[in-house]
Amino acid sequence: MSERQTIDARGAFCPGPLMELIAAIKLAEIGDEIEILSADKGSAEDIPAWIAKVGHEMVGVTEMDGHWSIVVKKAK
Amino acid sequence: MAKRILIVGGGLSGTIVANGLVRQLGNELRSGSVNITMIGTSDQHMYQPGLLYLPFGRIREHELFRSQRKVLDRRVPYHIDPATNIDTENSTVTTASGKTFGYDYLVIATGSRIMPQSIPGMEEGGHWFYDLDGARKLRGALDDFKGGKVIVNVNAPHKCPVAPLEVTFMLREYFEAKGILDKCEITYTYPIGRLHALEPVAHWALPEFEKYGIKYETFFNTKEVDPKGKKISSEEGVTLDYDLLITIPPHNGAEVIEQSNLGKGGWVPTQKETLLQEGSTNVFVVGDTTNIPISKAGSTAHFEADTIIDNLTSLVKEGRWARNYDGKVFCFVETGLSTGTYVWFNYTTPPNPGPPSQMIHWFKLAYNRLYWLSARGLL
Ligand SMILES: Cc1cc2nc3c(=O)[nH]c(=O)nc-3n(C[C@H](O)[C@H](O)[C@H](O)COP(=O)(O)OP(=O)(O)OC[C@H]3O[C@@H](n4cnc5c(N)ncnc54)[C@H](O)[C@@H]3O)c2cc1C
Repeated sequence: MSERQTIDARGAFCPGPLMELIAAIKLAEIGDEIEILSADKGSAEDIPAWIAKVGHEMVGVTEMDGHWSIVVKKAK
Repeated sequence: MAKRILIVGGGLSGTIVANGLVRQLGNELRSGSVNITMIGTSDQHMYQPGLLYLPFGRIREHELFRSQRKVLDRRVPYHIDPATNIDTENSTVTTASGKTFGYDYLVIATGSRIMPQSIPGMEEGGHWFYDLDGARKLRGALDDFKGGKVIVNVNAPHKCPVAPLEVTFMLREYFEAKGILDKCEITYTYPIGRLHALEPVAHWALPEFEKYGIKYETFFNTKEVDPKGKKISSEEGVTLDYDLLITIPPHNGAEVIEQSNLGKGGWVPTQKETLLQEGSTNVFVVGDTTNIPISKAGSTAHFEADTIIDNLTSLVKEGRWARNYDGKVFCFVETGLSTGTYVWFNYTTPPNPGPPSQMIHWFKLAYNRLYWLSARGLL
């Protein structure tokens, strides 16, 4: 069964949203979805760029009230 | 019935919590209405930040260790008997020798550990300084090193976010002092798109790297190491050659956390303000082992421990909550063998480091000694 987890990385200056995502992907199973909440715009751009580079799947980026929700799926 | 406080893990955060509680609950301990017990793995307490200096011959091994019995207040019984199962449903902890400890309040302080075995070839091909054995081997490798390609390879997640940058600058100065700098090429690899997780630290480090000719490869998440061919490759498709690979391996939490089904990878889901295990009212989590998206560092452990001391004391004495953790982290950053800077931030205040100075380097060296005072709850 694929799982979905949410990491609330708003206000996480170090190690920050992308590093949290990288750590979470290592522990996830193929097909699992991870949602990252981030307050900084940089991650909303960095995360999709990194996901494309390593070959995971972007599910979506949504701008919410003062933060971003970025959902990715572990593909390999 | 006495209220039983059980602390699992006798590293930095567990020891600060224990010693701090003893100070606050002296009367209750004396009257027997409270008892505090600690379970650990060793009779020695190791000062981990000192491991950074060991490969460069700048600290002696014996300076890293103190007897845990001496660091810990004598009113806290200490059992060298690793926990093998933590059962939060039944409020019991079982240990390697087969004992079972019950508790009213539990503090999980089991830290984090390196996992070089999780990346193919890394154990065989890499050196590291994040544990004693690794730091000794790296010291030997540096002694023998005559020049070549050196890679400082950083993996996520890891504790002490600044140690990888520090070791890079220290390596450069070490090679210079040894007279082999012109034969050495240092390349630093980092998992995300800049040199450090903290943006201002990354901005500061970039011109320093350029000034010293230190190369870097960002967006580098290690896929495998080829120890025979001396190559390291990334998930992003980059392969680098090395003569000496110094890696900061990815970390997990303690084995007992996973074994007890308390959290994937050994990270315990923790409420970031109360430091209570998600869904719990009597299990506190402190230090590296929380899953809070925050630096895994001694200062984090310290500030979290202070919050837990206040809350446990208030709960025991008055049955009420005292205060929440604000996410404070403070880090010294060694910028070479003789200068340093520092940075602090919390959940709402972004980081902003000052310019490096020799003074701050001395503070950090002083802190290396003060560690023992802070573990004993005197700072
Ligand atoms: C090379 C290096 C440099 C560092 N430099 C810095 C620095 O400059 N500044 C800074 O702030 N931080 C630094 N750190 C990080 C800092 O040491 C840690 O973040 C800090 O020790 C975390 O405290 P802790 O109590 O969570 O874990 P630890 O201090 O690691 O303690 C965890 C304890 O739990 C015990 N344990 C594990 N499993 C069990 C079990 N089953 N039963 C009982 N006990 C168990 C372990 O034996 C250990 O004693 C550095 C770390 C390293 C390795």
